[in-house]
Amino acid sequence: MATNLKQLTGHEDLLAGGHRACAGCTGSNILRQIMLTAGRDTVVGGATGCMEVVTTIFPYTAWKTSFIHSAFENCAATISGVETAFRSLKKHGELPVERDHINFIAFGGDGGTYDIGLQSLSGAMERGHNMLYVCYDNEAYMNTGIQRSSATPLGAHTSTAPAGTVKQGKEQNRKDLTKILVAHNIPYVAQTTPFHWKDLAMKVEKALACNGPAFLNILMPCTVGWHFDPALGIEISKEAVETNFWPLFEVENGIYKINQKPKERKPIADWMKKQGRFKHLFKPGNEHILEASQKYIDSEWEKLLKLEAKDAE
Amino acid sequence: MEQKLVALSGNEAVAYAFKQARPHVASAFPITPQTEMMHKYAEFVANGESTTEMILVESEHSAMSAAVGSAAAGARTFTATSSAGFALMWEVVYIAASLRLPICMALVNRALSGNINIHCDHSDSMGGRDAGWIHLFSENAQESYDNAIMAWRIAEHMDVRLPVMVNYDGFIISHTADALYMLPDEAAYEFIGKYQPKYSLLDVENPITVGPLDLTDYYFEHKSSQLAAYDKVPGVIQAVSEEFAALTGRQYGFAEEYKLDDADMVMVMLGSSAGTAKDVIDEYREKGVKVGLLKLRTFRPFPVNYIAEKLAGRKAVCVLDRSASFGGQGGPVFMEIRSAMYGQQVPIHGYIYGLGGRDFDLQQVGTVIENLQKAAAGGAVKDINLLGNRS
Repeated sequence: MATNLKQLTGHEDLLAGGHRACAGCTGSNILRQIMLTAGRDTVVGGATGCMEVVTTIFPYTAWKTSFIHSAFENCAATISGVETAFRSLKKHGELPVERDHINFIAFGGDGGTYDIGLQSLSGAMERGHNMLYVCYDNEAYMNTGIQRSSATPLGAHTSTAPAGTVKQGKEQNRKDLTKILVAHNIPYVAQTTPFHWKDLAMKVEKALACNGPAFLNILMPCTVGWHFDPALGIEISKEAVETNFWPLFEVENGIYKINQKPKERKPIADWMKKQGRFKHLFKPGNEHILEASQKYIDSEWEKLLKLEAKDAE
Repeated sequence: MEQKLVALSGNEAVAYAFKQARPHVASAFPITPQTEMMHKYAEFVANGESTTEMILVESEHSAMSAAVGSAAAGARTFTATSSAGFALMWEVVYIAASLRLPICMALVNRALSGNINIHCDHSDSMGGRDAGWIHLFSENAQESYDNAIMAWRIAEHMDVRLPVMVNYDGFIISHTADALYMLPDEAAYEFIGKYQPKYSLLDVENPITVGPLDLTDYYFEHKSSQLAAYDKVPGVIQAVSEEFAALTGRQYGFAEEYKLDDADMVMVMLGSSAGTAKDVIDEYREKGVKVGLLKLRTFRPFPVNYIAEKLAGRKAVCVLDRSASFGGQGGPVFMEIRSAMYGQQVPIHGYIYGLGGRDFDLQQVGTVIENLQKAAAGGAVKDINLLGNRS
């Protein structure tokens, strides 16, 4: 397992520089880190979204491995077709190059995964394809202009659920997609962030080695949509874990394991304060939204602890 | 070539034809009346008669998406659907053609909702007529089988590399037992040949990027090269059909010409209704009425020069559409035919018939021929007529 930094940095960078991601985008960090672990014998599929748009624009591609984009909502189905073709061509002795194993990785943003692509993802996971689906969750439809998604947290300002004089951003909590994937009873499901490079590399390795469908949900702080200094994306990833907003955990063959437990949970308001999307929540009269956010996060964390404890019994 | 005479439904016949192509991958989601085609195929796989890997997806959108992934990986791939299933695929139907992926699809023609109706008309395929697929139409189980064999050769031809849709009428063909000749498995596969993909995502030593963002500076050029590809399709269809005729004795082209040579009056149509029309044409021929039929086999690419030549100088032409173009100038076939005949002084009128599986009977054909005679004599016939509906 190449989970030390020296080894990882020695691996070939399979996402070329010069792509068109925004300054401070943590999405390209995520993709590069995944590809450092996955290696060259990988076929990548991208759903329509930020990372697809910034890594391919004809006649350029940042992908040094094979890459396919088809549409927004069908990345999982598309890669399930590629993976099935691999199994069939291998069985028939007709692969273009001899390989016992190729990694199949589909990725999509929260729009392409939580929302429009959920059916396609669920179908592919249930069918048991040997593939990894990665959601880079930046908590809104960033590529189309920062509209709310079912991954947007309570109170966040977005262009379709803006903070105004009578409404204060998104009025619902975020959907727990990771648990929906756990309910598929697939071999491997995990959450991580681009700050936790070692955790991320370990999880990609496990996911690619599980010989079945795997799902990674990776928080992707977005400088443009979350309104923070472009230098802070990685720090915000770290603090998302320290506040329990985005716990690092994995579910391996149905067994929950929390990979990092903050010694002392930081208040969520500390994290929110650094992001312009929550700015309005710090105005007088909106205290109840901050309180509700904290309550929700604490309650979700308690549930997660119980799930882990139950599995440890 | 010795061929076996068998009794099969259209769905079974197409399932056999696709099996004979030895596809690597099939992806599909059930919808009436396509269901039995995939049931039959699943039986082949379950019994070891086929080594195709089936992807039993959760929707038609995923069926076409998985087919795109599979074909881009270099696997011979098919799918099958009907009606709303095809409509749900729609976005990816365009992508399959734009990526030049030679996927074959059985489209068992059924009316689109609403209201929901499971019976035959051509509104499903006509809705996708501009998506970039090659559309072949069939009159019976034999033609469905033959089209499903030839489809691979046309789709995978290096000058073509486009997806092909084999259309056959829901229930009327799909569920009716019919007599047909089938090629032996080996002969069919020898005719179709082994698929030689030009690119594969699985060639990890020569990686490719498929489907990149393509904006104002290149998209148009990609579309123009796609447009140019269709110019090469008619020649390939002809060549494949001739080779098929040499093997089987069954002749195909862009259309079947039934009692056409000396016909003063011609009806144009596609699908199973042509069989009904032929019977009535025979009756009128006995009475000395010079009426004939042009039954289109290829609707996309539309054989415009062939049509203009075949219909030139006729005294009257009518076009029967089993779908409507709401707010348009008659049905899709009518619009194409009239446009192909631009500049010619041939009177043309159109019918919309058989929507939602409404029977197309002998009496309706009689009405059509009576009107053709009227038009040929210089009488007035409405541009667009509804046939077989209660007013």
